Amino acid sequence: MNAREEILSRIRTSLADVVQPDPALDVPNPWVYGQPTAMPDILERFVDMTVDYKADVRRVPSDQVAGLIKDMLLGVGVGSVVLPSGLDAGWRQAIAEAGITIHDDDPQLSRAELNGIDAVVTASAVSIAETGTIVLDHAADQGRRALTLVPDTHLCVVRADQVVSDVPEAVGRLAEAVTNGNPLTWISGPSATSDIELSRVEGVHGPRTLLVILAE
Amino acid sequence: MPVPADGLRVALFATCVNDMMFPSTPKAVVSVLERLGCTVEFPMEQTCCGQMFTNTGYFDAAVPTVRAYVKAFAGYDYIVAPSGSCTGAVRHQHPMLARHAKDDALIAAVDDIVTKTYDFSEFLVDVLGVTDVGGYFPHRVTYHPTCHSVRVAKVGDRPYQLLKAVKGIDLVPLPDADQCCGFGGTFSIKNPDVSVAMGADKARHVRETGAEYLITGDNACLMHIGGLLHRENSGVKPIHLAEVLAHTEGGAR
Amino acid sequence: MTTTEPMRRTPAPPSGTFLGMPTFPTNAKAQLNNTQMRKNLRNATTTIRAKRAKVVGEVENWEELRLAGAAIKDRTMRHLDSYLVLLEESLTKAGATVHWARDAAEANQIVVGLVKAKGVDEVVKVKSMATQEIELNEALEEAGVAAWETDLAELIVQLGHDRPSHILVPAIHRNRAEVREIFLREMHLYGTAAPEGLTDEPAVLAGAARTHLREKFLRAKVAVSGANFAIAETGTLVVVESEGNGRMCLTLPETLISVVGIEKVLPTIADLEVFMQLLPRSSTGERMNPYTSMWTGVTPGDGPQEVHVVLIDNGRTRVLADPDGRYALRCIRCSACLNICPVYERVGGHAYGSVYPGPIGAVLNPQLRGIESDIDKSLPFASTLCGACFDVCPVRIPIPDMLVHLRHKVADKKRQGLHLEPTIMTGAQWAFGDHKHFEFMESMAAVAAKVMKKDYLGPMPWPASPWTRARDLPMPPTESFRSWWKRTRGEGK
Repeated sequence: MNAREEILSRIRTSLADVVQPDPALDVPNPWVYGQPTAMPDILERFVDMTVDYKADVRRVPSDQVAGLIKDMLLGVGVGSVVLPSGLDAGWRQAIAEAGITIHDDDPQLSRAELNGIDAVVTASAVSIAETGTIVLDHAADQGRRALTLVPDTHLCVVRADQVVSDVPEAVGRLAEAVTNGNPLTWISGPSATSDIELSRVEGVHGPRTLLVILAE
Repeated sequence: MPVPADGLRVALFATCVNDMMFPSTPKAVVSVLERLGCTVEFPMEQTCCGQMFTNTGYFDAAVPTVRAYVKAFAGYDYIVAPSGSCTGAVRHQHPMLARHAKDDALIAAVDDIVTKTYDFSEFLVDVLGVTDVGGYFPHRVTYHPTCHSVRVAKVGDRPYQLLKAVKGIDLVPLPDADQCCGFGGTFSIKNPDVSVAMGADKARHVRETGAEYLITGDNACLMHIGGLLHRENSGVKPIHLAEVLAHTEGGAR
Repeated sequence: MTTTEPMRRTPAPPSGTFLGMPTFPTNAKAQLNNTQMRKNLRNATTTIRAKRAKVVGEVENWEELRLAGAAIKDRTMRHLDSYLVLLEESLTKAGATVHWARDAAEANQIVVGLVKAKGVDEVVKVKSMATQEIELNEALEEAGVAAWETDLAELIVQLGHDRPSHILVPAIHRNRAEVREIFLREMHLYGTAAPEGLTDEPAVLAGAARTHLREKFLRAKVAVSGANFAIAETGTLVVVESEGNGRMCLTLPETLISVVGIEKVLPTIADLEVFMQLLPRSSTGERMNPYTSMWTGVTPGDGPQEVHVVLIDNGRTRVLADPDGRYALRCIRCSACLNICPVYERVGGHAYGSVYPGPIGAVLNPQLRGIESDIDKSLPFASTLCGACFDVCPVRIPIPDMLVHLRHKVADKKRQGLHLEPTIMTGAQWAFGDHKHFEFMESMAAVAAKVMKKDYLGPMPWPASPWTRARDLPMPPTESFRSWWKRTRGEGK
């Protein structure tokens, strides 16, 4: 017997006491999936929770996003950015006008090249108010995963209609992207560790600066 | 709904530790219950909850104690024990042991009797509906909520309700009260070093309160913490909740 | 180090094996004297308990979430064969290659083979309990492959020639001053040295780890990971982390090998809404951990283009075979039971003789490995049964009941050999099983009390020594309760 057959056979022997073949009938689960969590103001909660994780968060009308991207990048001294191919053209233009060097990922940049770039600017897929989490599904306006990982600053634009109350709603919205084979990256604040005496320190391997623009 | 205590027939489950080592505790239970109008009976066939066997892994040896319990207390609507741990063992482990014995009659008897078994503090607050039992104890005290009373018998804050109603008492909070004292039954002799390390921290917290008395609802835990406090001549006296409640003005210590 | 030893690529772990360790009480006694470890653990557990309590308290339906977590896990375990077959099908469709391993040796052989086939001599690793359990790093080392741990705590353990002592924070037994010394002493031997003037500030130490590991991330061709969850319906693997080292390993190399215990499978993506709430709050005491990666086989143009998943049994089907023991397979490795445990707080993780310490280790190890070694026989007794672990467990594993269940199994084994305990228990059964015998014992105690004329006994020889070495023992009274009752109220009820 090969390993696969043997393990499956061990499992079946171990589960001799299970007689109901339908898993849902065998172990009922009263949980109701996809329920929103009630909260007075979803956007305000999202901002509070994201700030709580030491991200720099700004709320602006949609037509001011491009200008704010420029200001925030310059504010942290960014000289070069990598931009995903599907990024809003207006945002791209504003960054170019600010004199910041733009790199495209076509052909794909090497790891070393990415490591030499200051920042990345992306859109996002879904955000979670209750936990201050931004989820990327790595569509064309977010780029492949390495882009939002290697540069030390990540500026991420979240649209107000992408913000949901809590994890169940978010998982519901993301299911299609997963089924389509997209990878997901859930980001809650800048990279952090609590590995030394369980005291939280922001900034290890991922981007140490997380800038968030909430566009309404 | 509270029931009137007037002549209410109550069986006392003294528990083996109290019966043999700490008789003043079941005596105090009798005194409080009679003061509140109950008729207390003590079925002689009782021995022990069997926890010592069960928790050491000797289920077969525990089954005779389950049988003895059923035999002693059959027919009573209220069985009261001054121990959260033994109450918890009856409720939580006797059904498992009866099934282990594969004895249908025992299973049926146990499933019925466990619903009628109460910790002393539960019986007073829930069944009799009283928190002020007329106690008087003019001393500084602290209370350790024993693990099994809280997590298995689930007595909640009932002991605190009862203690707060005692006249003259100065009840001070115990730091890290929710942490185990390290007794753990046979753990105390199978892992004596860890047990003592835990008990030493508990004893230190007790001393920090400046209390004269350390109160719990379980004399086994009290024997452990009290044994440490006595070894270090701390002057803090261990005492069971029932004995504090039994004290009345005129009979004060 | 003697000159006959072959050159190692990575820091050598301590000598000796887990299964060769003495019993828990012996290990514990030694650990209790480790002043530094005890202070470090007291500080760490106090901090994390408070953090967890705060963020769990924010969730109104926490108990419903726990019940859902338990139900989903039970459902999956009770039909594990079909979910694994579905997972394999989904993974294969998504471009991943699935391997099955009956035990640690087979899993190591598969991973070593895959790594050697890529012609590399190093891999970067995401923190993974499964690879710790099978001791993959040493298997790779023997094959001439350096496995670099990239999680900060794992890095501290690896560079410290140490063993992990906690599931989530394997270096929890180390404080900042010790970490600084390890970094100064070891980093330069294995790559970028620690910067000059390194202080013991956690932020500075984390910065040193960033610099030390960056070159490894930028050049690694193969990465090895575990997975927190594996979704059967889609073939999606999930890694929950904080530092971004996981994202580096999962994204940058060309080949990714994930070693996954067969109990990590979840039926659907939707189930993540339960576990992504339970895990971070129970584990690090955060509303959400900084980073979570989810990937489904190979994504063209993004991340590793060769993806392997090694599904390991290694004792899990043995755990599954016991209906009262299989609850242990619900475990999502959050560490809440370790953090709350008063025994763990005092003795630390090394006393448990496994990469799975604490309450969950005490129920998992004897089942995964069988009740054969001294350490595994003693683990079910490494608890006061205080029950704090069950209260914090996000998937409601009834750890205290399972400890009692396993004690029963150990006692059954003891009865087959020559042991004193079963004889004592038979005697005690006689004494406590019948009230007349109990009364006889009480009368003996009363005689002793009359003779001794003492309230308390001080230090006594064996068999009283384990109790009386540090604790006084109250003497029984001269009259038991039932003697008093008979004397004052008569023989009747």
